[in-house]
Amino acid sequence: MSTGTTKLDVVVSDVVPVNELVTRFHFRRRDGQLLPTFSGGAHVVVEMRDGERTRLNPYSLMGSPLDTREYTISVRRDDVGRGGSLFMHRHVRPGMEMVISYPVNLFSLDLRARKHLMLAGGIGITPFMAQTAQLAAEGGNFELHYTCRTASLGTYADVLRERYDRRVRLYHDDRDERIELDRLLSSQPLGTHLYVCGPSGMIGWVCDRAAALGWPAETVHFEHFAAPQPGAPFDVTLAVSGKTIRVGEQQSLLEAIEAAGVDPPYLCRGGVCGQCETNVIAHDGKFIHNDHWLSEQEHRSCKKIMPCVSRFEGGSLVLER
Amino acid sequence: MGITFRNETFRNDFTFRNSPEHIRRFPFPFHEDSYMYAVNIEPHVVGPKGSVLENLIDVDEHYVAEMQDRALVLAEDPLRCQSLPHMTLAGWDLLELLMEQQALGYPEHFTLTRDGDRWRWINRPLGIDDSFTFGDVSTLPYGPMEYITRQSQGDFCILDQRDGNLWMDAGMVTTQADWSLDFDIGMNFFEWHAPVPLAHEKGIFVRALKFLTNIQQGKPARRLNWTMTINPRLDTSPENYHKWGPDRTTVTPENVGDKVHLRVELQSFWRLPRSNGIVFPIRCYLIKMDELVTQPKWARRLHRVIRDLPEELANYKGLTRYRATLVEWLSKLDDGSPTSPGFGPD
Repeated sequence: MSTGTTKLDVVVSDVVPVNELVTRFHFRRRDGQLLPTFSGGAHVVVEMRDGERTRLNPYSLMGSPLDTREYTISVRRDDVGRGGSLFMHRHVRPGMEMVISYPVNLFSLDLRARKHLMLAGGIGITPFMAQTAQLAAEGGNFELHYTCRTASLGTYADVLRERYDRRVRLYHDDRDERIELDRLLSSQPLGTHLYVCGPSGMIGWVCDRAAALGWPAETVHFEHFAAPQPGAPFDVTLAVSGKTIRVGEQQSLLEAIEAAGVDPPYLCRGGVCGQCETNVIAHDGKFIHNDHWLSEQEHRSCKKIMPCVSRFEGGSLVLER
Repeated sequence: MGITFRNETFRNDFTFRNSPEHIRRFPFPFHEDSYMYAVNIEPHVVGPKGSVLENLIDVDEHYVAEMQDRALVLAEDPLRCQSLPHMTLAGWDLLELLMEQQALGYPEHFTLTRDGDRWRWINRPLGIDDSFTFGDVSTLPYGPMEYITRQSQGDFCILDQRDGNLWMDAGMVTTQADWSLDFDIGMNFFEWHAPVPLAHEKGIFVRALKFLTNIQQGKPARRLNWTMTINPRLDTSPENYHKWGPDRTTVTPENVGDKVHLRVELQSFWRLPRSNGIVFPIRCYLIKMDELVTQPKWARRLHRVIRDLPEELANYKGLTRYRATLVEWLSKLDDGSPTSPGFGPD
C-alpha cells in the first residue's frame, strides 16, 4: 500500500528541447488508454528511478485539459537543485517507461470569476498553459501578463501570443520591461480573480500589493505545493512485535511498519481518521507531526504519533506497536 | 439476466418492499452494539459480489420506482434541483462519472458510446436513447446535472472547493432526511453542518473538511450515516414536513414492524476532474423492521444501539416519540447473546 494518489504507468512519447533551459516531456499510457481528465492548474508527481534513489517531483500539466491522449510537462534545468530536473534532462528519453501520479490540482481556477487575471514569471508559465486552454474553450475572460529574462527564455511566449494575441502581454527583464503592477491591479473590473505563479519573490510581491490595494484574499490565488512527505531516514523500535525497523527517506512510518510484517489498522492513510494512532513508549529526539488528528497539546506531549504522515528526527524512538 | 425492477411506491399506499436478496445486501451500519459519531471514512473501493459495494455506483431493484418518485417531487417543487452559474462544468463532470459507472456496472441496462464529444446514452430501464454533444447544454433536455440525476439513484450535492472550504453550490436533493438544498445552497461546510449536535465539540467537522478537501482524483472515499423513517418515504424534506412529521405519532406496538424503517445513507466523495469540485452522492437505503429482523444478529444489535443511544442523538434523529415503543418491540428479539463482529448478517 502507498499513500497519496493513484499511479499511472506511462511511456515517454516525446522529448522536445524548447530553449537553452527548458525541455518538454510527453507521456502516454502504456496500455494505450486515455489518461484521466484534469483541470487547468493541476500537477502530476513524476517518479524518477535515479540509481538507488527514487525522486518524486511535481510538475504542472501544460497541455489542454480537453486532450487526454497525452500529458505534457516542461522542466527547467536547475544546475544547483536537488537533482530531479537534471535527471529529467540527462536521462529521460523517448520510449522510456515511467510512473507518474494522477493529476492533483492545488491551483484551481475560481469558476465564479468574471475575469481571470494571470501573472506568470519564468517557468511559472506552465499551469497557465492549461488554464488558458481550458478558459479559451469555454469563452472565458482572461488576461495573461508574463515576465521572462530574455525573449529567447520566454518559454511558449510565441505560442501564447499566436493563440491569444493581445490577451497576452510580455515583459523582458533584459529590456527593463516591468509589470506596472499597481496600475494593473487598480484597473480591474469587479469580480476579477488574480492568479500568480513564478519565483517566490514574485508571488510575495504580487500578494502584498494586492492586499495593500484592497483585493479580498479569496480572489488572490497562487501555486503552492503541499508540504513534502519524505524526510531523513530514522530508526524505530516496535516494542510489541519486537522489531527494529528503518524508515526510508521516501517511505512513511506506516509503510515501514507494514513492510516489517506488522499490520496496524488504518482507514484514510492521510492523518485524518485516527485509526493508526500509536503510543510512544520512549523517545530521544524531535517529532515532525503532519497529521490533522492529534491536538496541538497531544503533539507537544510527545506521547502519540500518526505513523501514516508523521516522522521523527533524533537518536531513538520506541513505539507501542 | 439483469435486475428485475420493482413496481412500487414511496408515498400514499407505500408498496415499497425489499426482496430477500436485497434484505441480505442491506448496508447495515452498526459494526458493534453501540453507536457514537466517528470520522468513519474509508476508501470507496469495490466490495464483495452481491453487496451494495459490488459497483461504486449502485443500481438496485428500486431504481425505476425511485426515478418515478423523483420526477413527482420535482414536478411539485423544482427548487429541489439547483445549480449556481459557475457549476455547469461540474455538472458535466458528474454526467460523465454516472454514465461511465452505470454503464460499467450494468451493461445490460445502460450503454455509453463516445466519439470525441459526440456521445450516445442508452438507459433501457427508463426507455431513454439520447445523442448529444458533451459540453453543449443546448443538446440535452435539461442541464447536465439535472439530466443525469433524474436517471441515478440517490441525492447528489456538488461542492465547489475554494478558500480551503467546500461550498454547496449545486445539487439534486429529493430523498433527504430532513434537510433542504434550497436552504443550504451557497453555504460552506461548517454552515450547513451547524445543526448537528455533539460532533462540533468533538472537532469532527474540522477534520472531516481537511480530509474531503484532500480527496484525490481516482481515489473516492465513503462513509455510512443512518436515521429512522416512519413509512418508506424517500422524500422526508423540511418542505414536506407537514406530510411526514405526523407519521411519527402513528407508531403502535402492533405496527412497529411494518411502519418503522431504518434509513441508511451510503455517502461517497469523489473529486471531479474538469471543475476540481467534489461530488457527494447520498444514496438512501430503506428497510422496514419486519425485514431487518429476519437477520437475528441485526435484530439483537439494533435493539442495543437504539436502547443505549445518547438522548441528543435520538432527538436529532427524530426518534424520541416512538423510541420506547421500538425498543420494547426489539427487546423481544434480543436474547442477550453476543453478536459477531462486523456489519454483515450471520
